Amino acid sequence: MNIKGRTWKFGEDIDTDAIIPARYLNTSDPEALAAHCMEDADPDFAKKMRPGDLMVAGKNFGCGSSREHAPIAIKAAGIACVVAHSFARIFYRNAFNMGLPILECPEAVSDTREGDELEVDLDSGRIVNHTRGQTYQARPVPPFMQSLLEAGGLMAYVRQQMDAQ
Amino acid sequence: MSMTISQKILAARSDRDHVEPGELVEARVDFALGNDITAPLAIEAFRKAGARRVFDRDRVCLVPDHFTPNKDIPSAMQARLLREFAREQGLTHYFEVGRMGIEHALLPEQGLVLPGDVVVGADSHTCTYGALGAFATGVGSTDLAAAMITGRVWFKVPGSVRFVYKGKLRPWVGGKDLILHTIGQVGVDGARYQAMEFAGEVVEGLPMADRFTMSNMAIEAGAKAGLVAPDGVTEAYVKDRARRPYRFYAGDADAPYDQVYEWDVSELEPVVALPHLPENVKPVTDLPEIPVDQVVIGSCTNGRLEDLRQAASILKGRKVDARVRCIVIPATQRIYRQAMKEGLLEIFVDAEAAVSTPTCGPCLGGHMGILAEGERAVATTNRNFKGRMGHPQSEVYLSGPAVAAASAVLGRIAHPAEVRG
Repeated sequence: MNIKGRTWKFGEDIDTDAIIPARYLNTSDPEALAAHCMEDADPDFAKKMRPGDLMVAGKNFGCGSSREHAPIAIKAAGIACVVAHSFARIFYRNAFNMGLPILECPEAVSDTREGDELEVDLDSGRIVNHTRGQTYQARPVPPFMQSLLEAGGLMAYVRQQMDAQ
Repeated sequence: MSMTISQKILAARSDRDHVEPGELVEARVDFALGNDITAPLAIEAFRKAGARRVFDRDRVCLVPDHFTPNKDIPSAMQARLLREFAREQGLTHYFEVGRMGIEHALLPEQGLVLPGDVVVGADSHTCTYGALGAFATGVGSTDLAAAMITGRVWFKVPGSVRFVYKGKLRPWVGGKDLILHTIGQVGVDGARYQAMEFAGEVVEGLPMADRFTMSNMAIEAGAKAGLVAPDGVTEAYVKDRARRPYRFYAGDADAPYDQVYEWDVSELEPVVALPHLPENVKPVTDLPEIPVDQVVIGSCTNGRLEDLRQAASILKGRKVDARVRCIVIPATQRIYRQAMKEGLLEIFVDAEAAVSTPTCGPCLGGHMGILAEGERAVATTNRNFKGRMGHPQSEVYLSGPAVAAASAVLGRIAHPAEVRG
């Protein structure tokens, strides 16, 4: 799986309230959530970003709540991949289960500036910053987890397996 | 080979003699729960998977606690989804408004989560039940759906980090101060992916309410779980409540820990976590004068009877400062009734505080006390990220119930001794 796009950069300890404020949790509709993605961190984010963009963030991204609305909002907004220094554990699990590709790579995050063109290859774990001409190595995503992402998440992946039997 | 309590519980539930940190296991779940925000997604995933029945209708619990009594029409629709699913599935444990409580206060009170259990909940503060010596962790709605269908969840076995608290607590210092101090020391990702263990003479001397408070906030250090080894205090709490058999597990004396912290907390003063991170912890006495607009006493962290008694001991015969809204939220219907019988609610009402039916409400900026731009609250809740309780330009200071009550009386963040001496 290969992903390429323009990056938006966020800081450390970006919590789930920043990703999708609780006042919007009276809905689970992805489109509705997407409209408010990152709103308290950057009120214009949902308007200025374009589908296919990437996010780059500091340590402990997605800390706080277990709400799946957080990766849902990011994915529905059209973010193709989140590269972070590290992810909080529930968000990490939820992102894969929701089919949102994520990768941990501290070096790529510190060097990348907002607006840089980043390419991520999940097979090899290789991250290329085309704007700065630099390459980084993250841990590759195992094939079965890539299948889960490609299927669109945990439940779709499980059903695919059930249908195949 | 030796194992921590977390390893032992996970090994037992995955039919293994021994498990190592880092191993992936599939464990049987003793209890699973969801609330009005998280269960709708789980129910949708359940249906989409083509599932017809939950794995065990005695072991799946739904609690409408976040945006209830129904906050608005969309919230009412979400609560209705829960109610209808509970009815359709014949769930033994569904708690309606007027009988419910905040899930992490309600479930232990009702004897539904027990020592030795593996518990998953679609709420990050599920780690609260670790105080009973259970392995309890928060998961997303899809993981809950999978658990509801199969009765199993996959886990990466966590490494453990042990916190040993020695000495003797000063007056007004309790479980909330201990856990805030801990998070202040290690940081919001200081225990990321680990199982925290809270131990030592100070913890052994804590009542269950304070242990629940500590375990509740394990997630705020990034942890997977936060356990207290069960002992006589645990036994006294569970023996007459338990709805099914339970078991005490104890970690081996030479069990492997990633880190061990040993702290003498005899000098610890009541503390506060300043905006906008739970790790931003300072003693109340180190703060300048900080006026407040709202005080919230409640939540799954500190809404129990013991917390209300502490707050009442400070508010008794006094009034909430004229500029302050003080909102008191007993965490369950039973606690509400008991507080009423003990005269605590009368103390709060006479003090000109607002007393609410159980709800998570303001903790997550839902309802029942949202902050306007520029406002400040002291809250006995568990998170103070930017915008947590309302407007992005509002501030939340986390504290225990005694500091919260003292702050309500004086209209500024205050040490309880300033009011009670």
